Amino acid sequence: MTDILKDRGTPGDRGAQKSGRAPNGSPRERRSPDEGAAPRTADGRAVRLRADRLTLGYGGRAVVHELDLDIPDGSVTAIIGPNGCGKSTLLRAFGRLMKPMGGRALLDGAPIHRLPTRQVAETVGLLPQTPLAPEGLTVADLVARGRHPHQTWYRRWDADDEEAVARALRRTGTYELATRTLDELSGGQRQRAWIAMALAQETELLLLDEPTNHLDLAHQVEVLDLVGELHRETGRTVLLVLHDLSLAARCADTLVVMKDGRIVAQGAPADVLTEELLADAFGLRARVRHDEETGVPLVIPLSRQAVKGD
Amino acid sequence: MNEDNTGTAGRAAVPVDDGAGVTTEKTVSGAERGTGGDTERRSTGPAGPTPPTTSPTIELSAIELPTAEPPAPAPPAGESPGGPSCGPKGLRARGAVAVPGRRPVRLGPVSTVWRPRAVLLPMVVAALLCAAVVMNVGRGDISVPVPNVIAVLLGGGEDIDRLVVHELRLPRSLVGALVGASLGLAGAIFQSIARNPLASPDILGITSGAGVGAVAVIVIGGANGGVGGVLAEVGVPLAAVAGGLAAALVVAALSLRHGLSGYRVLLIGVGVNAVLTSVLSWLLLKADIVDVGRALIWLNGSLNGAGWDTARPAALALAVLLPLGAVLTFQLGALAFDDDTATALGVRLALARGALLITAVLLTATATATAGPIAFVALACPQLALRLLRSGTPPLLTSALLGAAVTVWADVFARTAFGGVELPVGVLTAALGAPYLLYLLIRSGKARTS
Repeated sequence: MTDILKDRGTPGDRGAQKSGRAPNGSPRERRSPDEGAAPRTADGRAVRLRADRLTLGYGGRAVVHELDLDIPDGSVTAIIGPNGCGKSTLLRAFGRLMKPMGGRALLDGAPIHRLPTRQVAETVGLLPQTPLAPEGLTVADLVARGRHPHQTWYRRWDADDEEAVARALRRTGTYELATRTLDELSGGQRQRAWIAMALAQETELLLLDEPTNHLDLAHQVEVLDLVGELHRETGRTVLLVLHDLSLAARCADTLVVMKDGRIVAQGAPADVLTEELLADAFGLRARVRHDEETGVPLVIPLSRQAVKGD
Repeated sequence: MNEDNTGTAGRAAVPVDDGAGVTTEKTVSGAERGTGGDTERRSTGPAGPTPPTTSPTIELSAIELPTAEPPAPAPPAGESPGGPSCGPKGLRARGAVAVPGRRPVRLGPVSTVWRPRAVLLPMVVAALLCAAVVMNVGRGDISVPVPNVIAVLLGGGEDIDRLVVHELRLPRSLVGALVGASLGLAGAIFQSIARNPLASPDILGITSGAGVGAVAVIVIGGANGGVGGVLAEVGVPLAAVAGGLAAALVVAALSLRHGLSGYRVLLIGVGVNAVLTSVLSWLLLKADIVDVGRALIWLNGSLNGAGWDTARPAALALAVLLPLGAVLTFQLGALAFDDDTATALGVRLALARGALLITAVLLTATATATAGPIAFVALACPQLALRLLRSGTPPLLTSALLGAAVTVWADVFARTAFGGVELPVGVLTAALGAPYLLYLLIRSGKARTS
């Protein structure tokens, strides 16, 4: 762990990693032998999360239709798509927050909704879109609640808990805020505190539902850079739902584009984010340019007038 | 009781260990502090160039050169002289790190966070409770001086004092304390589960349900003056428990579709409460005037005539349910979040909520069966405890103790402050609780932060 921490990213090698696609993408093999049958992607990476003809919905109305998706170990995958396309619903199914109407959501080959809640909580951390905490909770106490799956009613703050919480606070830059209450924080600080809570859970997989919601651009970048750092430093598998296309392209190895409950495109951001796809999936006329330094695609939306003059 | 209160105590000097074998003492102030202050905290490690294991903060990672750590600045003022190894946590195992505001207490497999307030406040409240019991036992037609009361309670005293204390007065105070504790605990559980300070057995209609059950037995059973003996002794409490449980079931069934948190469950409770209140009025209207008198005294929450027999069921219920509450309070910590976050933390929502709710309903019903509906204790005491303790969620132990203390003090005043008239204790708790409820309603705008 210590060695990984020293190997911290700099702007220069961040770009290298982006184009090279995960130098430490080699998955840490931490699985027990009996899971040897777990599926793998074409390039040999183990698949931790898999949707298998997954149909999801609310009150009998399907929102996600027979969807197939593999999330490889050690990847950062961003799900994007227009409002109501079912991307948050898909994330909720991977977090065991909803039962499939059809098909299966698999964690290491086992249907998630049949696994015990606690066991899932030790493997998958999830941060909902708008989490709520009691009034007056301090940052340290919030982050410490992330240790819940590892605790029992009499063992509530052992040395492991303390270490994990301190580590999560440090990594998210919230250590100095530890004794402040949540309502004293700015939006970006608060979001980092919530991410620290999910980190303190010390799960190998992290699901984030629009972690940049309601944040200004600088704070969005700050939060996504944090996600990128976490991925590089700890090799965590991160699956996140994002709205901003350019930011999604900037932080993820893989983009999954959804529309009307189905996947319309999937792959490296530079390959996926095309002008045709934006028109098709989002009904958005936009120019896609690539950043000179990193090759990351940038989406430049066009106004109607600009389109005429183009 | 092992509470995980989320207090903000311990804000002053906190040991800060940066993980590189360096320990300093630093005061975390409430002032705005940039997250880039990571380096400021770090003093020179004992072995020179050892790179700290601390991960960089976000701002730092963007600007820092990959090779060198910035030179260590002067250690912050207030650092203990004699270097890092003599720090307050010098004996802490290498690699262990401290979290500000969460000092651990560990004994074998048992561990929790040291919160001075969570230990001190219950002791203070317990002392207040003892004072209330002594006052309540001493005052009355035959006055027993405080030293004599204490002597009797400690096992000594004169015969006449012993008779008055043991046979006449003590059971009443004990019942008051037990009932108040049950209500305080039940209220704390209800408010935690519903994540709403207004959720209480009074408002959710559970108390009214118990009232309807009890009054039905008093009125219907006693229409010809026929109720007495065993039926009166057992029938009224049992009917109260049954009524309370039935009301809780109805409220739970009606609010199941949309979850137990938020305002909807409160509105359903208010609706159920209204129905039950009208049933109660109807029962009283068609009743014999003698029965109405008895029913009204019971309905106002009275400790009159409470004896050792009355104390027994309440004591039994509390003896079983209080430890259960202590175990369940662990889940309350995670249940305080929204449903998705709680589930993501590994809580089986339906199971945890169900167990807690049944515990709380049984506590309420037993208390109501024992002394009638004592108003507002369950509503106000947890909120009061929460504010005194500065915890995020209503603390169970403190709420229970506070409930007991408030009820017995209310009884002291109800018995002795109005000359010859002995008021039912519920009248006084209602008179004190209603303004508090109004205060909560007025300032309940900003209830939660995300």
